Amino acid sequence: MAIVFQKPHALTDAPLHYCPGCTHGIVHRLVAQALDELGIEGRTVGVASVGCSVMSYDYFACDMVEAPHGRAQAVATGLKRALPDRVIFTYQGDGDLAAIGTAETVHAATRGENITVIFINNAIYGMTGGQMAPTSLPGQVTQTTPYGRDTNTAGYPVRVCELLSTLDGVAFAQRVTVDSVKNVNIVCQAIKKAFQNQLDGKGYSIVEVLSTCPTNWGLSPVEALDWLRDNMLPYYPLGVYKDVEGGVKK
Amino acid sequence: MAEKVLMKGNEALAEAAIRAGCHHFFGYPITPQTELAAYMAKRMPQVGGTYLQAESELAAVNMVLGAASAGVRAMTSSSSPGVSLKGEGISYMAGSDLPALIINVQRGGPGLGGIQPSQADYWQATKAGGHGDFQVLVFAPSTVQEMVDLVSDAFDTADKYRMPAMILADGMLGQMMEPVVLPEVGEKRPVEKPWAANGHQDRRFHNVINSLYLTPEKLEDLVLARYERYKVIEATEQRAEEYLTEDAELVVVAYGASARVARSAVNKAREQGKKVGLIRPITLWPFPKDTLKAAAAHVRKMLTVEMSMGQMVDDVRLAVECAIPVEFFGRTGGIIPTPAEVLGQIDRMLTE
Repeated sequence: MAIVFQKPHALTDAPLHYCPGCTHGIVHRLVAQALDELGIEGRTVGVASVGCSVMSYDYFACDMVEAPHGRAQAVATGLKRALPDRVIFTYQGDGDLAAIGTAETVHAATRGENITVIFINNAIYGMTGGQMAPTSLPGQVTQTTPYGRDTNTAGYPVRVCELLSTLDGVAFAQRVTVDSVKNVNIVCQAIKKAFQNQLDGKGYSIVEVLSTCPTNWGLSPVEALDWLRDNMLPYYPLGVYKDVEGGVKK
Repeated sequence: MAEKVLMKGNEALAEAAIRAGCHHFFGYPITPQTELAAYMAKRMPQVGGTYLQAESELAAVNMVLGAASAGVRAMTSSSSPGVSLKGEGISYMAGSDLPALIINVQRGGPGLGGIQPSQADYWQATKAGGHGDFQVLVFAPSTVQEMVDLVSDAFDTADKYRMPAMILADGMLGQMMEPVVLPEVGEKRPVEKPWAANGHQDRRFHNVINSLYLTPEKLEDLVLARYERYKVIEATEQRAEEYLTEDAELVVVAYGASARVARSAVNKAREQGKKVGLIRPITLWPFPKDTLKAAAAHVRKMLTVEMSMGQMVDDVRLAVECAIPVEFFGRTGGIIPTPAEVLGQIDRMLTE
């Protein structure tokens, strides 16, 4: 019997804990698929971050390190400097990467660390139960913005790809989403490119994946995809923000 | 016999670390430890190692966490306010069973405090390095030569027990110059670290470095197992120097820079025919309670001398189980007590 579809080798058999309709599962699969296709699982070390994806260390079959909240890219820096011939990636949510870990993100990027960053932007803190994220949209109702995010007091969302693409150390920055089969295929290519860049020694590569959080958005999985398309896509335009062909390393 | 060289404490710590096989240093500038980082910046490229100036103490200690996870010897250094920030990484490394070296060249506190020498981070180093139930190995050198020797011991002990180690120095030791004999490079073989997250190469199941355990029973079991290791450490790794204690009526207890002052006071007292000795803890955790308890059997009184408001004195009282009076004398805020001040306290206690 011919195998037409199977779980990537780079995912373990541990059952995922994610809520129904959450897009973490898709992105996990795409990361694992990239490791399979590039044949690098055995020489990859992933860094899990605090948030819903904290237990990704149980799901990815490569070696894994769990970082303190916000410090994934500092941990990845230490790993990469100690193991320059290994492939190092982080998997981080918006609270981790763009609030508590903003300094670590900006500085890993500006140093041009030769690492791959997978950034899940779902505009909310998932694990702690739906508080405002740095990427929550103006007017968005969350547990800690019960009247909607008031930009006068809570400020504006952070556009990570736009911000990082101004830094000379960034080789590649692309924003993608997993709302449709067509877009999933684009994510697939973007993630693989972000790993290939590291293999080619090009420097810092980040893929920002616009994702859904049906549980904390209070929507069904299908409604959540619509909300993402109607609200997040206009504020966070998809596309390649930076792609330095020869990389940033002299 | 290796050559004797004149070195500043901070630079000696750095050179000793490189010679102990540490090729990964992550730091952030802060007085009075800056020479250590500057020395590393110069030396690491010469040995093919990493010197990285991080964006913060938080980043630096977590870079150490990453490098330690990879299985290499890694270190960071700072001074008091910076070490407070490193508390996060220290707790995570303890919770993830990672060996690494943290150096604290202490200055006055609290807050921004001052930049003069202090020993006011004793509690932080020995009892509250970060959140949660854990200990850190703490070594307290009192000469530049001992700074060199203890760096190597700290790395070895950290590797042996898979836990972070700290060198608790101070601004005086960091800044002073003394002649030292440096060890030869690569005298010891690197320790095998089969637990390291360095790529499984398709030869084993994945290694995970982690401190998160959502099941209380599992977390309790892990903490209990760690505390079993701590018991072994407390039983076997205590270190202290005894000086003129055999016939002593009064023993001064002091570590690090204040032990140098205390030693001068003890020498002066002996010149005056007073039976005074010194116990100098070299490990602050594990605290050398066996030495102190044994001394309490034949000593009438003890006096701790610290550059703080009195922190180690608690541990001395616990060690002697209140069998004899233990008093404290200290200066704080960056002031080093003088031998004359200590001698004054000794005289007072002997006549009381």
